[in-house]
Amino acid sequence: MTYCHRMSVRPLHRSRRRTNAERLPLPALLIALIAIAFFSLPFVGLIWRAPWSKAWDVLGQESVRQALWLSLTCSLWATGFALFFGIPLAWLLARVNFPGRGVVRALCTLSMVLPPVVGGVALFFSFGRRGLFGQYLDRWFDFRLPFTTWGVVVAQTFVAMPFLVLTVEAALRQLDRRFEDAARTLGGSRWYVFRRVTLPTIRPALIAGAVLAWARALGEFGATITFAGNFPGTTQTMPLATYLALESNPQEALILSLVLIAVSFAVLIGLRDRWLGGTGSPATTGAVVR
Amino acid sequence: MEALGVDADIEIRLGTFDLQVQLTVQPGEVLAILGPNGAGKSTLLRALAGLISIGAGRIAIDGESLDEPSSGVFVPAEHRPIGVVFQDYLLFSHLSAIDNVAFGLRARGVAKAAARATARDWLTRVGLGDHADRRPRSLSGGQAQRVALARALATNPRLLLLDEPLAALDVGTRSGVRRDLRRHLESFDGMRVMVTHDPVDAYALADRVAILDAGRVVQIGTISEVTAHPRSRYVADLVGTNLVVGTADGGELVTDSGARVVIADLQPGRSFAVIRPQTIIISRHSTLDSSARNLWQGVVGDIDRMGDRVRIGIEGQLALTAEITSAALESLQIRPGDMVFASAKATDIEAYPV
Repeated sequence: MTYCHRMSVRPLHRSRRRTNAERLPLPALLIALIAIAFFSLPFVGLIWRAPWSKAWDVLGQESVRQALWLSLTCSLWATGFALFFGIPLAWLLARVNFPGRGVVRALCTLSMVLPPVVGGVALFFSFGRRGLFGQYLDRWFDFRLPFTTWGVVVAQTFVAMPFLVLTVEAALRQLDRRFEDAARTLGGSRWYVFRRVTLPTIRPALIAGAVLAWARALGEFGATITFAGNFPGTTQTMPLATYLALESNPQEALILSLVLIAVSFAVLIGLRDRWLGGTGSPATTGAVVR
Repeated sequence: MEALGVDADIEIRLGTFDLQVQLTVQPGEVLAILGPNGAGKSTLLRALAGLISIGAGRIAIDGESLDEPSSGVFVPAEHRPIGVVFQDYLLFSHLSAIDNVAFGLRARGVAKAAARATARDWLTRVGLGDHADRRPRSLSGGQAQRVALARALATNPRLLLLDEPLAALDVGTRSGVRRDLRRHLESFDGMRVMVTHDPVDAYALADRVAILDAGRVVQIGTISEVTAHPRSRYVADLVGTNLVVGTADGGELVTDSGARVVIADLQPGRSFAVIRPQTIIISRHSTLDSSARNLWQGVVGDIDRMGDRVRIGIEGQLALTAEITSAALESLQIRPGDMVFASAKATDIEAYPV
């Protein structure tokens, strides 16, 4: 019975969506097309001018492979840190009512709107070798962040985590907490309920936030070059390598840009279809169930 | 050693709302909490479940305190021997039916295979053995309710709480699901407390009913006791009768608004009186030569047609609902706003002390 119901509903959904698109006013449609062109033309230009014959040589270079590897590992570490620290932070902001919560939220998301260079400068004067806190890291633990690979990870985490925090906080606020109540009456401890009910429920937001944070970390330039410098093999990530190549060897910059685009695009497309595709709509989930 | 069963003396203050309820549930009994929206039914249920704590009083099951502010006892929801079937069922959409039912056992540390085996037994008991791997979204309302019931019972609770178990269903499937629910509830030998705003649910599923209104239990007893002698406007409206409260003065009951009701064999003191709508006679003019001892003047309010019968609300010093045939309505030509007289025989009105 439910099946018949579903079957009859889904085509209706689809046809309604189509008529909506057809009814879009012409001026709005034209403006939207211009926006699409605005986003796609730069890539057309890039692809058009790319020296495809040299692509293999460029990618074969040790420095390029190092930069690519560094970019991938650092951005994944940064995403991991953003998840580890960001989920509890989002939970605190969403669930615990404490004085000054607005200020704390602003503080924790400031780096998102700050020019990244400023973030890098701030990191340098606090966690640098002579920085307010960095001097103790150096003196007590013989540990230095600036101009090291961990410095890159710290700079990336600093600018990327707010994306995860805001996304997850919004999801936690929207969550129907009665599901957590139900889990508790079934004997679930707070930690068990968080793991087995809360996290799975906000999974789409969690993944979206992690992808946003990862993308931000992958593209990070300003804070990285300010705080961690630009040392090939240690702190020179792909965006840094691309920027520098533009001065010395523009064709190499083109290839590097294309690699970054390809990686980002592949991840966005892959994740979108599998995880981010509107779990809220019954039609989609119906398809998943079947 | 205290008696077995649920013993609750609950006092909760939430902003301007305040709940003061005393309840007992005997072993094996089904108690329905019936009341209008905002009466405090859900708050009461959440307090019993341990999702909120009470301000004062005590909640105990089989003599064991679960919440007793005076001695600092509070057992949180996850440690109470209580299962809950929530309104809308609240099945976890990321888990299959069987994993939903196994959830409570898994939370208590039962190994996955054993938990699933028990869950499968429960699904079979509620007739959904072949739906084990279905996601909640692909279940019908009645099926979802049975999964929720199996989930709540799988941990072997002493007390089962049901919050509006039939409210989420459409009218067409409700009676069938109600019949199934009755059967499944009968096979569970623990105590059951059901919150509902639908007297039909209470009538079909409960042994006793407690009427909750504005945070107080205004009446408690078997369904027939409660409906025969309503003690609140809410119950009177539910059973579709007129309830009047006032003080006896000679052979008349004087309401707080000053209306007078002549009643045969009226006892002194404050009393309720039930005037059944079917016994009220409506006329355009005052009929002085009638045997009816009561004659009230009023203005016609709402007119509701129910098949051949018509319910007419009369507003005045004594607000009444009268029931006449539609033929009578036609011949009297009554419209909202018309001035009418309502009369009733003193022997048709039943009074009982407050």
